[in-house]
Amino acid sequence: MSERTDRWRRIRRTTGTLLVVAALYEIVARSGYFPAVLLPTLPGVARTLFGLVTDGTMLWHAGYTLARVMIGFLLAVALGLPLGIWMARSRAVENFALPLASALMPIPSLAWVPVFILWFGLGDAVTVAIVFYAAMFPMLLNTWTGVRAVNPLWLRAAQAMGAKERALFWKVIIPGASPLIITGLRQAFVRSWIAVVGAEMLAASDWGLGWIIFDAKEFLNADVMLASLAVIGAIGYVFERLVFGSLERFTVLRWGMVRAVKA
Amino acid sequence: MLPIEVRDVSLVYDTPGGRVHAVEAASFGLAASEFLCIVGPSGCGKSTLLNIIAGFLTPTAGEIRIGGKAVTGRGMDRGVVFQDFAQLFPWRTALGNVEFGLEMKGVAKAERERTALAQLALVKLEKFAHSYPHHLSGGMQQRVAIARALAYNPAVLLMDEPFAALDAMTRDAMQRLLAEVWRETRKTVVYVTHNVAEAVYLADRVVVMTPHPGRVKCEIPITLARPRDPLSVEFLECQKELLRQLGGPGEEDH
Repeated sequence: MSERTDRWRRIRRTTGTLLVVAALYEIVARSGYFPAVLLPTLPGVARTLFGLVTDGTMLWHAGYTLARVMIGFLLAVALGLPLGIWMARSRAVENFALPLASALMPIPSLAWVPVFILWFGLGDAVTVAIVFYAAMFPMLLNTWTGVRAVNPLWLRAAQAMGAKERALFWKVIIPGASPLIITGLRQAFVRSWIAVVGAEMLAASDWGLGWIIFDAKEFLNADVMLASLAVIGAIGYVFERLVFGSLERFTVLRWGMVRAVKA
Repeated sequence: MLPIEVRDVSLVYDTPGGRVHAVEAASFGLAASEFLCIVGPSGCGKSTLLNIIAGFLTPTAGEIRIGGKAVTGRGMDRGVVFQDFAQLFPWRTALGNVEFGLEMKGVAKAERERTALAQLALVKLEKFAHSYPHHLSGGMQQRVAIARALAYNPAVLLMDEPFAALDAMTRDAMQRLLAEVWRETRKTVVYVTHNVAEAVYLADRVVVMTPHPGRVKCEIPITLARPRDPLSVEFLECQKELLRQLGGPGEEDH
């Protein structure tokens, strides 16, 4: 009961903020200070968006972008997760990988785009590689920290009950590190999502949410640009709140390993 | 053949401040189903000794024999309960925690669940089988930890001040419960505490340790009939005797 009213309050608060910002935008857009081509009204943007969605183009653009993100993101998880665990478990691996990560991490992923274009040519390989680069470090470093933060008492208790390396790994270290592993997945996804749009602007051709924005610039289609931004924001929001939010609710929140903020 | 024998066990380690004799030539044995308390002030090496028996630490001299065999390292012949509530796995329910040892033994799921539920019933927590540890009070969490250590049926139960972090009332209730559990399971128990009343309430025999270096000073049998009444004259006499041993000078330092 109270959970439900809490939920409604949260939804009202979120939509409230969005409505205020939208109203302010609409006032400025209709004021006539700026040309309508540059600052289209929201109903105009909505119409364009509706058109792009119903004729399928927006879905294709979003689909391409999402596919590139997913491939790069999953590759980063597939490498970052085991490597992070390995780093936390072995001093030699840590000594090798940590300086490398520290040196590569501060380089913005987009700075690699021209280099990757030279190496891989224009196309999907570049965008996937950029996503991979952006997602890799948050995944790696959070996992590394998460495994180091596993309570030694859990390991001790498990070993006293006869747990060997394999069981320790799957039944203690992985769940014990899960709060930070989930944080790693979350941050990695957000970074991927940010990076992919930039990479598509520079390296993609024909499809992708980044590409459509860049392409619309040529034709002064501000409504298309804003519609695409709305789609980028909406997909990012859905992943952040629904996918990773649920993942957290069903695991570490349920286990009391992280706490929900009280209203 | 004794279930546990501690033979001339010493642990010396080097610190920047010099050599520390954490435990020096400790020797004692336990009969089957005996409840032994190790009592001493903090720093006397009682927890270190328990960790040696558990196999978490390797003694620099001497040996631990369980069931007549010298043991090195950890083994499922010993169950361990720690002081810290955080010893439970937060990602497993009470039942899941109790099942862990059985899982490691390769027991089938249905049987595992049956055994674990029986252990939870023993500590009166069957109603909370499906609760996660963070929804349980400190006392309940320690009861789950006891059930977990008993579930895979080790020969010996090792307990390191399991109730020290609980409030006084809960602690009394826990001691009564543990005495009951012990009466029912007839486990051999080594129980470390700095609480004299607790030792007199629970133990068949108390090993008194003194610090710097950590030595066994004496052993005091507690022969009071069970269940024990902590307010009886005999109980208080035992407590006084134990306190005298703890506070008074050791035989060896004149």
